[in-house]
Parts: sequence; C-alpha cells; structure tokens
Amino acid sequence: MLTFTIKRLFSALLTLLLISIFTFSLAHLAGDPAIAIAGREASAEDIARIRAHYGFDRPLVQQYLAWCGQALVGDFGRSYHYQQAVSEMLATRLPITLILGISALGFALAISLPLGIVAAIRPNSLIDRISLGLAVVGQAMPTFWFALVMIVVFGLTLRWLPISGNASWQNFVMPTIALGYFATPALMRLTRAGMIDALESDFVRTARAKGLSQTSILFKHALRNVMIPVVSVSAVQCGAMLSGSIVVEQIFALQGIGWLGYDATVRSDLPVVQAITLVIAAFYVLLTLLADLLNAVLDPRIRIG
Amino acid sequence: MSAVLELERLNVRFPLTSGVLHAVRDVSFRVEPREILAIVGESGCGKSMTALAIMNLLHRRAERRVEALRFRGEDIARLPQRKFNRLRGDRMAMIFQEPMTSLNPVYTIGDQLEEVFLRHRAATREDARRRARSLLEKVGIPAPDQRMRQYPHQLSGGLRQRVMIAMALMCEPDLIIADEPTTALDVTIQAQVLALLKRLQAEFEMAMILITHDLGVVARMADRVLVMYAGEIVESGPTRRIFDSPSHPYTQGLLRCLPQLSAADDADARLGTIAGVVPSLVGEVRGCAFANRCPHVVDACRADRVAVAAAAAEHSYRCLIPPERTLANFRETAR
Ligand SMILES: Nc1ncnc2c1ncn2[C@@H]1O[C@H](COP(=O)(O)OP(=O)(O)OP(=O)(O)O)[C@@H](O)[C@H]1O
Ligand SMILES: [Mg+2]
Repeated sequence: MLTFTIKRLFSALLTLLLISIFTFSLAHLAGDPAIAIAGREASAEDIARIRAHYGFDRPLVQQYLAWCGQALVGDFGRSYHYQQAVSEMLATRLPITLILGISALGFALAISLPLGIVAAIRPNSLIDRISLGLAVVGQAMPTFWFALVMIVVFGLTLRWLPISGNASWQNFVMPTIALGYFATPALMRLTRAGMIDALESDFVRTARAKGLSQTSILFKHALRNVMIPVVSVSAVQCGAMLSGSIVVEQIFALQGIGWLGYDATVRSDLPVVQAITLVIAAFYVLLTLLADLLNAVLDPRIRIG
Repeated sequence: MSAVLELERLNVRFPLTSGVLHAVRDVSFRVEPREILAIVGESGCGKSMTALAIMNLLHRRAERRVEALRFRGEDIARLPQRKFNRLRGDRMAMIFQEPMTSLNPVYTIGDQLEEVFLRHRAATREDARRRARSLLEKVGIPAPDQRMRQYPHQLSGGLRQRVMIAMALMCEPDLIIADEPTTALDVTIQAQVLALLKRLQAEFEMAMILITHDLGVVARMADRVLVMYAGEIVESGPTRRIFDSPSHPYTQGLLRCLPQLSAADDADARLGTIAGVVPSLVGEVRGCAFANRCPHVVDACRADRVAVAAAAAEHSYRCLIPPERTLANFRETAR
C-alpha cells in the first residue's frame, strides 16, 4: 500500500507540473499581457513600461520559474483589476466552491446509489422505470435551464429559497441540486449496471449457497465490488462539476471560484486566471489521487499487485 | 435409514423469445446417506441446472417446478427463503465448476471461510478462525495462517478450489454437491482434488452428488450413477452394473469413448465420439431425445415419450429396445 501511495503521489505531482507549464504557456501565447493591461489606446512607451514593470520582457522560462517558485509558497501575485493579492481572493472564494462541490457530490450519490441498487434488485420494476426516466431527463436537460426553472418555481413563485448570494446554507440548496443532478444519471446507471452484474456473479452465487442473509449478500458482497467503478466515475464527475460550477455560481450569484474565474477571464486578469486554472487542475489531480487511493483500499487486486 | 435427499419430477425451464427451453425434464432421484451419486452427461445436458435447482440457486429467469424435494424427510421445496437459508451452507453445501470466480475478490480467504461458520453457529470469531484453519489444513493447503490473510487473486486455481471445498465443509454438511469440481483445473491437480474429495466424504460421513462428464471419474468415485441426456435421466443404477451392462444406447456410446475399453488398433473406436448432435431443447422434445443419434433406432422411438424400464433392482433405463439386443452389439464393438 505504501509503495502504491508513493507511486500515485509521484505521478500526481508530475501531472501537476505539466499542467502548470501548460497553463502558463497558454496565458502567454494568448496575446501580449502588457497590451491587455495597458488597454488598446496606450502608447508604445506605456506598454514598454508595463512590460518592464511586470517582468514580461524576461525570457519565458525565467518568468515561468519565478511564477512557479512564488506559487509554491502560495503567492500568485496581485490581481491587475482588484489590486488585491490573488491568494487572499482565493482564500475567500475557495471555501464556497468546495462546499458547493462536496454537497453536490453528496447529493448525487445520495440519489443515485439507492435508486441504482433498488433498480438492480428489481429490474424493469416501477422504480427502475422511474429512475431510468429521471436519468434520461437529467442527461438531456442543460444545467442552466434546470437552474432557471428552479429559480422560477422555488425562488420566485413559492418563495421557499433565496435565489442569489451566499449568506446562509439555504443559498446553497438550489445550486447543489442544479450541480449535483447533472452527475446523477451517470452514477445511477453505473450503480445499476454494476449491481446487476454483481448479483449474477459467481461469487454472489457462492454467498447465496452459504445461506447468508440478503443484507450481507447485497451490502457486504455485492456493493463493495460495485463501488470500485463508482468511486472512479465520482472523481471524474466531481471534476466535471468544477467546470459546471462556473455556470451555476454565475446563475445563483454564488461568489465562489467559478464566479471569480468567469469574472477574471472577462477582465483579462491574468494572475487570477492562471491561479484559478492551476487550483482547479490541482483539485482534479487530487480527486483522481483520492479515488485511486480509495479504490486501493476497496480492492486488494489494486493494492497487492 | 431414510434418504438424505429425495427429488421428484424436477423441471427447469427458461422462457426465451424463441420458445421455452427445457433444461431439465422430469428428473427424479434419491441420495442415500454416505453415498457418492454421480451425474454424468455431455455439456449442456442439464447437470448444473439440476444441482442449482436443488440449492435454489437458479438464475432468476429460470422457472423451477418440482413435485417434491425432501431433505432428510422434510419437504423443502416450498420453504420460505429465510428457513431455506438455515439449511443452505449448513446442512447442504455446494462446490462450483468455476473456482477462479467463485470467491469474492475483495475479501480475504479467512473472512470468507469464517463467515459461513459464524452465520450458522453461535460461535465467536476466534472459534471460526480456528475452524477455518483446521479445514485449510485438512484440504492440504500449506501455511494456512498465511493463506487466510490472502485474497483470492493470490491463489492458484487448484488452491482456490481447495478453499471452496474447505468452505463447503465448514459446518459439516450432510450433503455436498460438487459440480465438475476439477474441470477448470490442470490435469495433474484434478486427480489430487478428486482423491481429496473422496477422502473427506468418507471422513465427514457425508452424502455427495458428484457431477462430471468423465466416466473415468465415475468409475473411481461413485457408488451409483445417473446418466443424463438432453435434460432427462436416461439410465441410473449402481456404478458396477452400469459399467458391466449399460442398457441405454447413449450410456453404451459414452462407455465406448472410454480409452481403456476401446481396442487399441481400432482408430474409430478409440476416437469414440457419438455421431450426431444433441437436439434443441427449445420446445417439446417428441419421442426419445437420443433417437437421431441412436444406432438401434426404430419408428416407435420417435412417437411417444419413452417410459422408464427396470433392468434389475436399482437399475433402470429409458429405452424401447430390450437391453439384450443393444448390449450384444455394445460388447462386440467395445472389444
Ligand atoms: N441463463 C440461461 N438462459 C437460457 N438457457 C440456459 C441458461 N443457463 C443454462 N441454459 C441452458 O440449460 C441447459 C443445461 O445447462 P447446464 O448448465 O445444466 O449444462 P451442464 O450439463 O451443466 O453442462 P456443462 O457440462 O457444460 O457444465 C443448456 O442447454 C443451456 O443452454
Ligand atoms: Mg455445468
């Protein structure tokens, strides 16, 4: 397990390094940042001064190394627009997105696991058909539209929930559902298919031949095997939610990382965009790492080669 | 002493889109205490379905009809799941054809062995562990303590089948059903595992249903034999009698395939295959299912279902032609 962890950690770090290079070059290839800061009407001298001030005239490799070194100690520079330390901005925005992401994943799993399991136990039953219907609708419906429908129904008509801001937990209810619902169909169908396979597997037949209880067969023998792919896909879905949160945060004016990222992109606020891209990528890598480790715990075939 | 298991008119069907597949047709037999009853027949003749039907382990699409299924005198055919589960794994156990996939990959060998004991006995983990350890020793697994901590993928097929045998014996069942326990194993290991099964069956004083398609195995292991063809029993009797005077042309054909019976200089006899193919099991089978492959076939064979006839006490067969006639021909060709 230790060598496995070290190996995975190493490859995660390598991935992160590649992503940082990619992020950095993308920002610098997209156009001259000095012009973006100075504005279209600025004179050549102004642009040159800005270039010198921010160090854009140095070789790219040197700029990258400097940026990396600072990023490692948590210094992502200052926002061009807000004139505030990027790290401070991240510190206030990140928790909001984290809460949203975790609760959305929790919501998705809380819906998809039980429905998937019940649907697998009784294929073609009413519950199976209803959950299939939900899955199809979920996959077909764009997140933004679903979010707007919720705002109209629960926010404006029924007035049950606030429609914008992040003042209380109630502000998170609709964004959580909007974001989580997006991941539900894939997880539900995966659970159902995995459970059907498991229940027809030879080892579940053995468990039944041993006279074990239905509970033990379902939750001890079948479910643990079903969870292995579910964990991997959850990580991927969670990554997709990070990008989904850009839309959702925008709609509900929930001022998290997604909201900030959009804002910074519109303003060409390079340090903020770079930092956010890196942070989101780091999360993605971290999620994959966590999923791998969790699967290694669940599945001895991964842990013990 | 009364029978361990009595089965009367078992039918297993699969409703398919193309019609109803009759996997097992009117199979009846009994298993006496401490005997080894072999079920032989070609692939697809319904051996596994018969075994799974007894253990109530059939696929959910399968339909099981049975007139009576008695275990030690008690009718268990319509027992509720909960009560049936008290017998299953405790008084009756099964060893499967597929040792590679029959163990759960994510739990240790020890856990999977202990689990069945804990389920059926008021025992502590410690008791269960001791019991598992002693059974692993009994089935000839070296370093049992270490094996208990391992996972199925760390064991070879032969070892896994030994673990399955140990698991079946955890509660000392009265009946053990072994469905082709050695088919998936190396030839060298097959003989070892069979010898082990025979030794344990005697030691634990169990009755055993041994499913195989190998008559050599039957000769070495079984007290009595059932020969199955296309879902039904075509002949049954004590092993000696079946080998000495097989009374159904299909049994005769199977015996002709046995290497030691066929003449060394006769290539055809040595290859010893039965010409023709098994009829489709979808829809009703009219007349004798073996008719299209039988060297002795007459018109009457294709008319009605052939009734069971008695050749001797305990020896019956399902054929219209008197065995005197078919046997003479068999003895000649098998020489
Ligand atoms: N799930 C299923 N659906 C439809 N038909 C099935 C199913 N399982 C088995 N059958 C059919 O039932 C018949 C009996 O199968 P069974 O597994 O009992 O054969 P067997 O005698 O054990 O053969 P083998 O020696 O290959 O194990 C076969 O003709 C098979 O095609
Ligand atoms: Mg079989």
